[in-house]
Amino acid sequence: MKRVSLVFTLAVAAAFSIQAASAQTLKTVKDRGMLSCGVSQGLPGFSTPDDKGNWTGLDVDICRALAAAIFDDPTKVKFVPLSAKDRFTALQSGEIDVLSRNTTWTLSRDTSLGANFTGVTYYDGQGFLVKKSLKVNSALELNSASVCVQTGTTTEQNLADYFKSNNMKYEVIAFGSNDEAVKAYESGRCDVFTTDVSGLYADRLKLANPADHAVLPEVISKEPLGPMVRHGDDQWFDLVKWTLFAMVDAEELGITQKNADEMAKSDKPEFKRVFGSDGNFGESLGVTKDWVSRIIKAVGNYGESFDRNVGAGSKLGIARGLNQLWNKGGIQYAPPIR
Amino acid sequence: MSIEPRRPPPQFVARLRRALGGRAGWNGFVFQILFVAALVWIGYEIVANARANLESQRIASGFGFLRNNAGFDVSMTLIPYSGSDPYTRVFLVGLLNTLLVSILGIFFATVIGFMVALGRLSPNWLLSRISGAYVELIRNLPLLFQILFWYLAVLAALPNPRQSISLFGVFFLSNRGFIVPKPIGNPGLEPFALALVVAIVAALLLHRYARRQLFESGRLITIWPYMAGLLIGLPLLTSLLTGAPVTFEIPELKGFNFSGGSRLIPELVALLVALSTYTAAFIAEIVRAGIQSVHTGQMEAGSSLGLSRGSTLRLIVMPQALRVILPPLTSQYLNVTKNSSLAVAIGYPDLVSVFAGTALGQTGQAIEIIAMTMAVYLLISLVTSAIMNFYGWRLGRSLGA
Repeated sequence: MKRVSLVFTLAVAAAFSIQAASAQTLKTVKDRGMLSCGVSQGLPGFSTPDDKGNWTGLDVDICRALAAAIFDDPTKVKFVPLSAKDRFTALQSGEIDVLSRNTTWTLSRDTSLGANFTGVTYYDGQGFLVKKSLKVNSALELNSASVCVQTGTTTEQNLADYFKSNNMKYEVIAFGSNDEAVKAYESGRCDVFTTDVSGLYADRLKLANPADHAVLPEVISKEPLGPMVRHGDDQWFDLVKWTLFAMVDAEELGITQKNADEMAKSDKPEFKRVFGSDGNFGESLGVTKDWVSRIIKAVGNYGESFDRNVGAGSKLGIARGLNQLWNKGGIQYAPPIR
Repeated sequence: MSIEPRRPPPQFVARLRRALGGRAGWNGFVFQILFVAALVWIGYEIVANARANLESQRIASGFGFLRNNAGFDVSMTLIPYSGSDPYTRVFLVGLLNTLLVSILGIFFATVIGFMVALGRLSPNWLLSRISGAYVELIRNLPLLFQILFWYLAVLAALPNPRQSISLFGVFFLSNRGFIVPKPIGNPGLEPFALALVVAIVAALLLHRYARRQLFESGRLITIWPYMAGLLIGLPLLTSLLTGAPVTFEIPELKGFNFSGGSRLIPELVALLVALSTYTAAFIAEIVRAGIQSVHTGQMEAGSSLGLSRGSTLRLIVMPQALRVILPPLTSQYLNVTKNSSLAVAIGYPDLVSVFAGTALGQTGQAIEIIAMTMAVYLLISLVTSAIMNFYGWRLGRSLGA
């Protein structure tokens, strides 16, 4: 059992190491020549292997961007698929360097897991998927329904809160993995499947007849999803945080995968800072001067990654919504590189 | 007649020395104390170091989280539970669900296992081949695969609640489970229960009396009409006097699901079917080995006494076979409990699913939760094997071994 072995690694590491809080993640990654990145077991749009076995998705791009910044090679990533309940133990035990697995940022996770969130890659919220044949138009009509969920997520608590505050009864059936929960929903064991709305769109694609299922309009929670790193290594924390910021800033400046080389020649001071011809921002993060252009050439800016994986250019076709840049009506905002 | 010289009674100190220090005397004793002290010290250092490290990484540790609110719901609970109960309650809910499926699984596995073993040894060609095929098919397929098969097969075969199969309008079968009327106690329940207990005790006494008569005077008394009269008549008479002991709440389809009534969820059924059929295949082989280990002469002796095949098996062969059967049977019982943790795959809320799954995911306190879960499985296994060892000891005593 993977979980038990992870817990065992954690227990042994905590019990026998003299200084468990290793402050040298970047050095360890460089020495290993490979970034170890925790992802989901297959959530289209966020982290899923394609038909050739290459991992793709928004969460995957964060890890590829990180590998590009460190090694100038986005393929130097080992992806570790994790179930929802194994993910934190894997990070704590040092099995992975960064957890990029559609994980909701909450206060308790930020404080009690020995890990920190580095930013928000996707602003999400929890929703409900139902069969159209049930003729349900609102989540408030779900009294006495059976609900399938994946165990070990914030979803179960949101669900309990929502039904309780609306005085509705329900039955929850919690499965160890997302795929099993979806399969039970499809077989009719449950009336409703619930997870983050982005996940509902992704999982609907896996059903036999996606058109027979509808996502209800209610969004019952705030689910800011983001990458996590271990406590106690500020250098690594900064690098992961600024990798995402660089992608968002690049979109704001109009730097794309295609025009990156051209833009690098620009005389504008902000472009000179971003591309490293002015200042030593890359070095202060522990990587090279051209870190931003490495990232953008590998995975593109935030908007490109979004469109390719979950947005208009993908099968999911999710609108930008809250994830649009702050100056275009959304709330994606990154501090400046200067 | 041989006479052994009586040994001089050992001195108290010498006896103590031997008990504590073995042959090495007091020196050995001192070494043992030092060794234990060193072990305790190492253990303490490990725990203290782990705590310090977790603290420096700011990972929450300790068992304080058990008092926090769980905040999630569970589909099947044997005790009242709601989301505002603490994690200790979740632990208890999961533990009881694990015990339920283990005990039922052990019971059904034993029944099926003995039947298959007898079928396999039967002189009937067809029966013995079918039993053999059952054993070879079931024990050679992975258990997780069988659990998923039963779950998805059961779900696929059953209709949704609006088209559920109804028996007499009170029992309903659908992919939400088997829904039966729920008994609700009336004032007549207590006298009824009392009458039932009295009837059972009286029936047992009657059985003992008849048995003693048979052994002492060789008189065979037919007691079953009296027993039936006691067991059915007495409670019936009481309920006629005091009114019906229970009334039934009939389930009704409301909205998506049935409300009212009691429900057997499909997850429990699938897990139970898979666990008991799987373990039964192993038990069948163990029982067959046990029966075949008894000399065939015993069977022949039984039939020459005029006993039927069934009576010979029950009275002569089985008690001897049980001595061979019990130890490996105990291992199978332990396996049922441990294998029940595969429940998480089909969403049955056992200990691993709700406590080492959801609660772990929400608190992140992996070391504490996994340690508690492992301790529980260890305890259940130790208790099971203690019970089986006690049974084996009694059996050995009664056989005069």
